[in-house]
Amino acid sequence: MAATTVSTASRGAADNAPRAGAEKRRGRGLDKYYPLYFHLPAALFFVILFLVPTLASFYFALTRWTLFDMEFIGLDNFAQFFKEPSLVKGFANTFIYAFVTSGAKVVLGLALAVLLTSQVFGRNYLRSVVFFPVLVSTIGVGVTWKVLLDPQDGLVNRALAVVGIDGPGWLTDPGLALFSVAGVDVWKGVGLATVIYISGIVAIPHEYVEAAKVDGAGAWQIFKNITLPLCRPATVTVIILSLIGGLRSFDLIWTMTRGGPGFSSDVIASVIYKQYQAGFYGLSTAGNVVLFLVIAVIVIPLNMWLNRKGNRS
Amino acid sequence: MTAAALAGKRNRRRGLIPGVIAILISIVVFIVPFVFIVLTAGKTQKEASVLEFSLPTEWAFVENFKTVIATQDYVLIRAFVNSAVVTVLAVAIQVILGAMVGYVLQRRRSRWNGVINLFVMMGLIIPPAVVPTIWVLEGLGLYKTLAGLIAVHVAFGLSFCILLFRAFVETIPRELDEAAIIDGAGPVRLFFRVIFPLLRSTIVTVIVVQAVTVFNDFTYALYFLPGQGNETVQLTLYNYQSQGLNQWNLLFMDVLLITIPPLIMYAFFNRQIQEGMTAGAVKG
Repeated sequence: MAATTVSTASRGAADNAPRAGAEKRRGRGLDKYYPLYFHLPAALFFVILFLVPTLASFYFALTRWTLFDMEFIGLDNFAQFFKEPSLVKGFANTFIYAFVTSGAKVVLGLALAVLLTSQVFGRNYLRSVVFFPVLVSTIGVGVTWKVLLDPQDGLVNRALAVVGIDGPGWLTDPGLALFSVAGVDVWKGVGLATVIYISGIVAIPHEYVEAAKVDGAGAWQIFKNITLPLCRPATVTVIILSLIGGLRSFDLIWTMTRGGPGFSSDVIASVIYKQYQAGFYGLSTAGNVVLFLVIAVIVIPLNMWLNRKGNRS
Repeated sequence: MTAAALAGKRNRRRGLIPGVIAILISIVVFIVPFVFIVLTAGKTQKEASVLEFSLPTEWAFVENFKTVIATQDYVLIRAFVNSAVVTVLAVAIQVILGAMVGYVLQRRRSRWNGVINLFVMMGLIIPPAVVPTIWVLEGLGLYKTLAGLIAVHVAFGLSFCILLFRAFVETIPRELDEAAIIDGAGPVRLFFRVIFPLLRSTIVTVIVVQAVTVFNDFTYALYFLPGQGNETVQLTLYNYQSQGLNQWNLLFMDVLLITIPPLIMYAFFNRQIQEGMTAGAVKG
């Protein structure tokens, strides 16, 4: 989306360059019909409830804070954040979770989109059914899958037992819990990735595929040389979207495992909530600042890099 | 013509086998969990506690429905009212304010545009700082109130709306504005009488997508609307689960009930939802 924004802005500027003078004069005259005070109500909400808290968080992160009492303690919160094993675990898990879900959504979303843009039988049904979990509330999904993944009574392990496999404790095994939740995240979110990829693939001009077919290209070659490179904007969108979502992820993890067993499936967002619940508001806010920085450090350069490569081709 | 028709037929036949395989997989992966929800919601407590995937021997659907509704002094009904109020008001404010910003942002080249674009991107990417937001809400006397939650949803959702509206305003010819101005319309009338009605398709998209988002929200309600008396529907489900009463039939009846509004939305606005989700795709 960032890509679209930037490109429309620059396109607009380029289009208007030759008649900039006339346009400018005309624009000036009409300016009073597009009053800047139209921005005000929205700005009020945004500044008071988003910008102020965000800026304030940089200060509160440096304090021991109970909402009533505060004491400036410098970088102690951050030191604690990176010293306590449980918090470090959450930090590492955030990356694992984001990269696993993002990677799976790219691969599965693309595969499903290719299937669903072909002349496949039952296409409309498949599109609806894959997309529907996107609309179910995360907490509903979490509650349901927690039951389905129950080690003894859960449907998943019962089904596996029928085939003779002894299913693991999906959410109770510390080595597995994070990945189980990630799997459910993919189950819920893959429909959105698929829809984005479908709109990317549909936008590819038909002539390319037909020309390739005339030249004798097989399905795999068409996919590799035409579909994959030309739906690059869709890939960029899916990666950025799922990375941001994955790094921020809280509700699914909280519903399914509460960060447990132990701290094995804690992420930054669940640490933030736990510290908030325990009354450590300063530490909680420091977690927020860490999350902010992590997202900025990963997403902004990645976005620029992906878009630059896209523009060159 | 006949060649094309033949090719089409051949294609369709070739798509039959992967289609059937995909449908079978989709039934296992997507349909079974939903059927499980419905079946469990229809069982008696004893049967539901086994968590088996089976038809209930005796349907307790209506009974469970009544019990869930009546639990904790009809908390679910209150929650539905709260969720409806929050969703309707938050989305209405988002639509009007988002359209106003998107419109002026697209039409007028001002020195503020850079700043506003930056804010929009920030709103899409940056995770809200929750505890400082509580601090601000507390200062405004809006903490633990529906109005506070509505305001928070507006602030966090505006960026997405502005992007959609700005893109659509671009497709409305400026000649229309000029005609209205010549007819003597002022800025407010120009926007609300001429432009706003033309934004209809985007308005529908924003309403549908944001309504689903706000209605399904759990995190912000958990942070900004704690305590008894003003639960949203997602919080009732969370509280149900936290109590750990093993009344799976009632839990899944609750899941089923709060899934119905998005389901209805989907049935009516399938296309708008998919387009809106794709267009605002960076939204975390």
